[in-house]
Order: sequence, then C-alpha cells, then structure tokens
Amino acid sequence: MNLPELIHEDRSGGVFRVRRSVFSSTEIAALEQKYIFQRCWLYIGHDSEIPSAGDFRRRTVAGQPLFWVRGGDGKVRVFYNSCTHWGANICRLDEGNAELFQCFYHAWTFNNHGDLVSVPDEPGYGSGFRKEAMGLVSPPRVDNYRGLYFVSFSPSVEDLVSYLGDAKDYIDLILDQSEEGWRVIPGTQKYSVRANWKMFSLNSLDNYHVRPLHSTFFKYTESLGAGDPPVSPPTEFPGPQGRALSLRNGHGVDVFPSVNRARPIAHWHPILGEDSKEEIRNRRAGLVEKFGEERAYLMCNTNRLMLIYPNFALHDIAGVSLRYFEPVAPDYMEVTVQTLAPRGESAELLNRRLENFLSFLGPGGFAHPDDIEAMESAQLGFRANGPEWIDASRGMQRDGTALDEIHVRAFWRQWHAHIMGDAKAERDHD
Amino acid sequence: MTSEPGNSLDERITKLLLEREVEDFIIREAVVLDEWRLDEWLTLFTDDARYMIPSTDKPGGDPKETLGIINDDMARLRGRVERLKSRHAHREFPWSRTRRFISNVRVKEIAGEEILANASFLVYRIRSGQVDPLIGAYEYILRRVEGTLKIAFRKAVLDLEALRPHGTLSIIL
Repeated sequence: MNLPELIHEDRSGGVFRVRRSVFSSTEIAALEQKYIFQRCWLYIGHDSEIPSAGDFRRRTVAGQPLFWVRGGDGKVRVFYNSCTHWGANICRLDEGNAELFQCFYHAWTFNNHGDLVSVPDEPGYGSGFRKEAMGLVSPPRVDNYRGLYFVSFSPSVEDLVSYLGDAKDYIDLILDQSEEGWRVIPGTQKYSVRANWKMFSLNSLDNYHVRPLHSTFFKYTESLGAGDPPVSPPTEFPGPQGRALSLRNGHGVDVFPSVNRARPIAHWHPILGEDSKEEIRNRRAGLVEKFGEERAYLMCNTNRLMLIYPNFALHDIAGVSLRYFEPVAPDYMEVTVQTLAPRGESAELLNRRLENFLSFLGPGGFAHPDDIEAMESAQLGFRANGPEWIDASRGMQRDGTALDEIHVRAFWRQWHAHIMGDAKAERDHD
Repeated sequence: MTSEPGNSLDERITKLLLEREVEDFIIREAVVLDEWRLDEWLTLFTDDARYMIPSTDKPGGDPKETLGIINDDMARLRGRVERLKSRHAHREFPWSRTRRFISNVRVKEIAGEEILANASFLVYRIRSGQVDPLIGAYEYILRRVEGTLKIAFRKAVLDLEALRPHGTLSIIL
C-alpha cells in the first residue's frame, strides 16, 4: 500500500481527498493499532464513576481488558485485568466496590492498590519468588484532566495536558458550566456500528449532515413550539454561521449558536418543561455574573461538537455526552455512551435533561439511529470499486463556518502522519 | 401452580378468562407491530402512557435519574411513530422486517382497573443482510377503559448485555 498517497491535498485548488481503502484495509487497521491506539492518550472514564475507596469499573480500551479502581488511599489506579499468576480476569464485574480482588482460579489475592497480598501455599514457591513484584500491572501512563481519566500504552507519550492541545480550553468551557462539578449519570448506552471507527470520529465533528440527515428530529422539536428567544451575541465568535476549528494534535471542535434547541445549561426550550424554566434562566444569570457576558454566551447559547483524537467525542449540545468507540475490525466498532450532569441539579431538571438527551441521542433517539445508518451505508458503499476517494474539501477556501471541514482535515492530517510512523502532522490548519 | 383452596369455579374461570384476554391482547399487539400498523398501535395506549427501554447495564434503573435508551410519553411516542412513517427515518426506510415471538405471558397482579402483566420476547429484526435478535421481557400495565384493555405502561427490558451487533433500537420493540 502506498501510504503517502492515501491523502491527496491540493491547497491552491482547495481540494482534499482520502482514499476509501482507509476504511476497509486490514493493513491500515494494524497500523492504526500500532501507531495510534498504542501511542495516544485514550479516554477511560470520569472521576465520578468511582467516587469512594474501593469503587471499581471494568473497561476495555484499545482491545485491552482493564479495570480501574480507587484505592483505600483514595488514589485512582488502572490495571490490566489479568491475574499475574495464570492470567484469568481478576475483575469479573462491570462495576462494584472491593477491598480485595481474589482471582477465582487459584485464589491469588490483590488489594485495591494492586499489591499481591495472599498466595495459597506460598512456601511452595522457591527463593526466587518475589511476591512484591507480582502485583497487578498498570498501563504505562495514566493521568486525568479535571476528572477525565485517560490511559496510554506508550511510556513516552507526551503529557496529557500538552496532548490535549487547545481541546483543553473547550473542556474547561464545558466543565466550568457547573460550579458544583459534574457526575456521570448511571446508565450506559452500549452499542456497535458496522463501520470503520474513523467514521464515528468524523461524524462526531461534522455539522454538514445534521440538517439533511436529521430532518425528522427537527420536525419533532419544532412541533413543540418555540423556546427562549436567541440571545444577541456579545462576541463575534463563533458568529451566526458558527465555526469549525482545529484544536491541534488531531482534536477539533464545531461551535455554533444554539437556535431553538434545548440546552439544560442554559437555554430553555419546551422540551425541557415549564417547571425547569426558572432554574435554567437562573443558571444563565449565575454564569453571566461569574464569567461575564461573553463566556456565559459561549457556555449557554452555543453548542459544541468536540472530538478528542482519536476516539473520544465530548459533545455539549442536547446535554453533555461522553462517547468513545473503538475498532474491533476494519468494518466494525464498539461504542459506549455516557452523559454528565451537574452535581446538585434538581430532580425535575435531571429528568428533563435525560428526556431531552434521549430524544436526539442514543440508539433509540430520533436522530442518532440515522447517523449509524449513514455510517453503515457508507461502509457498504466503500465496497464499490469505481469511486476511489472520499471528499473532505469543504471550506478550504473560505473563512470558515460550522459546516466546513477544517477539523475533519486536521484529523486526517494527524491520522496520516501517525500511520506513517510520524509523531505529529506538519500542519494543524489548512 | 395450583389454584388457591376455596376459590369457586366461577372465580377460577374469571381468572382464566382474564389471563387469556391479556395474552391475546399482547399477541395481537405483536402482530400489529410486525405488520407496521403503527397508527393502530397508538390507539392501544392511554393518553398518560409511557413506553420505555432501559439501558442494558441498568435494566432496573429509574429513567428519571438513569440514562436509558427510550423513555417516551405519548407526545414523544406519537412523534416516534410520525418519524417512522416518514421517508426520512433512514434507519427504517425501507422498514425492516420483524417477527415477534411472545411467550410466558402471566398476569402478575390485578389492582382495581389495572392489570400488571409480564411476558418474554424474542424479536428478530431483519434488514440489509443482517438478522439481529432482541431478547428480553415486557412489563405491562394494562388498564380497562370503557370495557377495553389499553396500555398504560409498557417497558421492554433487554437481556442483551449491549446492543451489539444491533447498533440501534430503531424499530418499536
């Protein structure tokens, strides 16, 4: 395979195309595992999922069976879910609380710091056996940014904050919306898509499809009547057409004004219920007071579709959603979706927030099933031998709107550099 | 199961007739759905009804505080049907074929005009070269309104650990 020619970019003509084989080639999937999933920071979960000492959750990241646990010392650790003796899974529940993890096979027992604390018939092992070196094994790097935990299987990966690039500012813009902090709401949407994982990354940034593909969703919300009127923007950014931005290192965001769409923080629409009107308006007033008109406007009256490269979409739109997805095969991915809500939110607004979330999002929503259909349809379309390219040229020669693919191209450039073994793309921007 | 001692034949016959009526109702509903007679399906509900599918990891979760998959009041359920009938619910245009196998129907409790009933389901969705089985159990609250049974509450609890490889719940389950 001719790797340099997988992407064709003509800056003077404003053309950017990608070979369709990138979505179906097993050779490329292997390069992605080696150079992307074994080298990048990958999202594992949010602090609030394991609030108390001993709380644990089981997760698979890049095909690696892991679990993460808050130790008796309060520290969060991530372990490979495999007994250091005979390999069986140590953690056999998706979530729970434990002081000790005892392997069910031969009863080797580890504490929630990962230390091996008990071995049946220990004298049976010789003088070279060192119990203290047989603790559970952690991935090389674990770090968090404001409670969002990531792992990396590469010891030499750059620091998480530096890796996040400008995405850090957008994470701040989302998390600052709640003074009391955030928690992951119980309940996980676990599903799959019979398509290449990169399609989920790119669909998560793409705004161009939203109106044509999701017309039934807009028809439904419009039938509910009008929400609070749009706020007159106190800032030129992102402008009425919104903006698509590269956030460096392959990350990107699409920012656009929220017009007649519900935002629990903080733009009221009938889908959020009459009862929540006051709480939502008060929230906005509080944010204006704390952060000023401009930042409060961005928080409350614009939406964000953000992708943390390579496979973590953080959307701040109908609610805050955490979506991570990973390749199982070139044409099959597994997707996990959770949602964040502010701590201390009223029961009524939380209920409305969740209803609003479900109306658009998730495998039973009014919109997302059609995203999945589109991804799967494209994957089937890629079987066609005639057309060779997909096109990602939109907006190369204009100042930029939310419909442009500046972020999509930034993703592709980083991806292309990675699968060729380079650390970083030469350019983030067009 | 034995009938409680002391129950008269009349009482036992009444109970049996009710069980048959409930089972017949649920099976006829399944046929209506397999035939995509969605407007007719909506008429089976009371105005205050809910249709609900919890997430696979929290099957008992309260949808007011737990993220599920579907939590529709009648306004949203009518919107869902409207969407499915349009040509723009792309996941279901053209409609998938479905075949519903309903069994183990039992009446759990009778409380005034309301009947709590459970049933097991195996629903196949067939489309685009794929056959995806959905396995689980229904919880119904049926209410007798002017002599006719109506659905006041309908929850489909999946036994699946994830919607994999299904991807979506785009049909009515």
